[in-house]
Amino acid sequence: VSGSDHQPSRTRVPMPVAALSDPHMGDAAKHPARVEGIIAVLFLLAIVFLALFGAAYWQNWEPWLLGGTIGVGLFLLGFGLTAWGKYLMPQGPFVEERHPLASTGEERDAMAAALVERSAVVVKRRKMLGGLFALGAGIFGIVALFPLLRSLGPLPENSLEVTDWRRNTLLVDSNGRPIRRDTLVVGGIMTVYPQHTVNPQTGFITENGQAIDQTVMIRVSDEDITTKPGRETWAPDGYVAYSKLCTHLGCPVGLYEQELELLVCPCHQSMFNVRNGAVPQFGPAPRPLPQLALMYNDDGYLVAQGPYDQAVGPGFWERTT
Amino acid sequence: MSATAAKTKRSTKAAMGPYGHVGKIVGELDDRLGVAKGGRVFLDKIFPDHWSFMLGEISLYSFVVLLATGVFLSLYFVPSTNQVIYHGSYKPLDGQWVSEAYRSTVNISFDVRGGLLVRQMHHWGADIFTGSIVVHMGRIFLTGAFRKPRELNWLIGVTMLILAIFEGFIGYSLPDDLISGTGLRIGYSIAESIPLVGSYLVSFLWGGRFPGDIIIPRFFIIHVLIIPLVLIGLLSVHLGLLVRQKHTQFAGEGRTEDNVVGSPMFPTFMAKTTGFLFMVTAVTALLGAFAQINPIWQFGSYDASKISYAVQPDWYMGWLDGALRIMPSWEFAGWGHTIPFEVLLPAVVFPGLIFTIAMLWPALERRVTGDDELHNLLDRPRDRPKRTAAGVAMFALLFTLFAASSTDVLANFFHVSLNAVLWFFRIAVFVIPIIAGLVAYQLCREMQGVHGIGKRKRAVIVQLTADGEYRTVPTPPRPDDERVEMEPEPVPVRIDIEPLSNGGTREPTSSPTGVRQVTR
Repeated sequence: VSGSDHQPSRTRVPMPVAALSDPHMGDAAKHPARVEGIIAVLFLLAIVFLALFGAAYWQNWEPWLLGGTIGVGLFLLGFGLTAWGKYLMPQGPFVEERHPLASTGEERDAMAAALVERSAVVVKRRKMLGGLFALGAGIFGIVALFPLLRSLGPLPENSLEVTDWRRNTLLVDSNGRPIRRDTLVVGGIMTVYPQHTVNPQTGFITENGQAIDQTVMIRVSDEDITTKPGRETWAPDGYVAYSKLCTHLGCPVGLYEQELELLVCPCHQSMFNVRNGAVPQFGPAPRPLPQLALMYNDDGYLVAQGPYDQAVGPGFWERTT
Repeated sequence: MSATAAKTKRSTKAAMGPYGHVGKIVGELDDRLGVAKGGRVFLDKIFPDHWSFMLGEISLYSFVVLLATGVFLSLYFVPSTNQVIYHGSYKPLDGQWVSEAYRSTVNISFDVRGGLLVRQMHHWGADIFTGSIVVHMGRIFLTGAFRKPRELNWLIGVTMLILAIFEGFIGYSLPDDLISGTGLRIGYSIAESIPLVGSYLVSFLWGGRFPGDIIIPRFFIIHVLIIPLVLIGLLSVHLGLLVRQKHTQFAGEGRTEDNVVGSPMFPTFMAKTTGFLFMVTAVTALLGAFAQINPIWQFGSYDASKISYAVQPDWYMGWLDGALRIMPSWEFAGWGHTIPFEVLLPAVVFPGLIFTIAMLWPALERRVTGDDELHNLLDRPRDRPKRTAAGVAMFALLFTLFAASSTDVLANFFHVSLNAVLWFFRIAVFVIPIIAGLVAYQLCREMQGVHGIGKRKRAVIVQLTADGEYRTVPTPPRPDDERVEMEPEPVPVRIDIEPLSNGGTREPTSSPTGVRQVTR
């Protein structure tokens, strides 16, 4: 059956036909032979470079040789192919009509009518069913959001307000060594963590220790200093300690300009004066860095007097002032 | 070869019909799917030629490069922030605590054959992808290609740009190196700044407080599955609409609102565009080979208490970083709540506003002009001075903000105070877009008034007559300025490649209806 059906397509049937002599079929190039020669050379070079890439990969040569060979090879291949299309293929110009996408007014009305009238008939007849279905679908829509809202992570509660610093928490450096009176000379600076966040054997610091508790400690003077009224006992022997989290976007305030006694955040250049309570002097940071009150314990090591008196890091809606 | 074999071969060929194996495959496919009619029309599909139409192709092909290199990388990358001690072949890191994500990225760079090249190609590919989308979008905007009936494709395009920016930022964060970790911390703080929902948002997304141990695995699946899937879907619709609505074209000889003039899909356009795919891949490979990008082994694994100087994001985030830098420190605090406007305005409200304007532009312009017509011919930018000025002003704004993301580097380089640089940008961000827009507007108006603009200038001979009067006589056009342009024709169904059996020649049933002499 299919044989006889398809017989006509197996012979040439009259179709709109163009001869190769038709100028629309001609090459765009003025000197086709020359262009053909150039493209042939490009392809030959491409073959060489792509083969070289194979060798480079096989022999595990340097990365730049891998990329260089495949890059040059592919570029020549692509450039040659594009040139072939541009100069040696039928250029036309050819034209295609744009058939209007819009349907007739009748067809539009038919579709709108089908949508409106059929649903009107169905819903009007069964109002209760329609309402119940809509309610069910609506409830599904809401409960489907629950996993997004409650399974992904815990409620924030007060997690943004707390750190691991407590009364008598020992300050240690990144190797877990506690801080004595003579650890820093005046002008010295170091990052300190709560003792239990640093493992002195392995040098491992917990994520919280690194990301939230990190505190920058500077020895500003060799006698007690007061950064603000009410903080008379906070900086024994000139040791001041501030949260290292910038109040702008939480970058570590990692640069210290010793002569000006400024802590600088490298992210957006906020500057905090360490002597007057880390009040921002420049840049987009809106608030001083919270200060950690220090004291000595009975063994002569520096410890915290208590937790930070406010949330560390950047601002958020629940932050009380 | 024996005579029988030759005869068998010839008879097989005869039995297959005049078009051989190809004809047979077409027949078999057509029996089952009915592809012949539509397929033939598709091969004849006309693409207008203009250099600026390839900008979108760069995006498309760099996306292909990103998919290919991304699959390679995903075979070796370990999305985990578990801390391990590094003992790989990069000796300076030996014995250090690093995350598994970081270690696997360093391993890709040094221990996987071709890994460094593919990693760098992937990163360069991302920069090229977003960059070419922006430039493509600029072309669409300035030529008015977004007008009716193509508003939907404009919306899809803007959505893809936003997704591409997120995809880039998330991918940049995956190696968990010092710089990307800092970027992630900034991203966390930006999300945290949103009133009412900010702290919930970050707690859900990060599974608790920053950094947690879930964000890298989550970002990984978003980066390799969710966003690429959405992008592929939108891309398919983007290209589907392009085929359905047909490409726009510039006005010119024989080109109207109702036709498309150019080269056919097969073989001309296919050859050119496939060659272009190879060239885009090649340029990405050459960049990956010769231009180092993101050498994470120099930065070290992320440690939230460490930071590097001159921290800057990839270029497509730079404008937001610039906005954050020049924003004054206006935080609202009262009634037991805090609204960090110094973060919220530049990093949430501002980009939201920019992308909303971009999405609504076709509707806004339609409302202003009252133009409800279908447009298939493109505008020349100079013919729409107001739109061009708006586009130029927007680019000037974004570029100024981008420059503002290196205030510290500029201050060091030019030996001026950081304060001076900051205030320069605070003023420039308002002044430069206005000036750029006004200049663009005036240039467009002037260009409209220039006679013969866009055509090559012809020499004139100045003559002094006996009466002392000066006259100018134009010289004839040079041979290079003239070209013969034929009337465009429909693509012929068949091309006669063999001489006719009767030895004569057949007149083509379609022949050039007219040849015009066009002088440029």
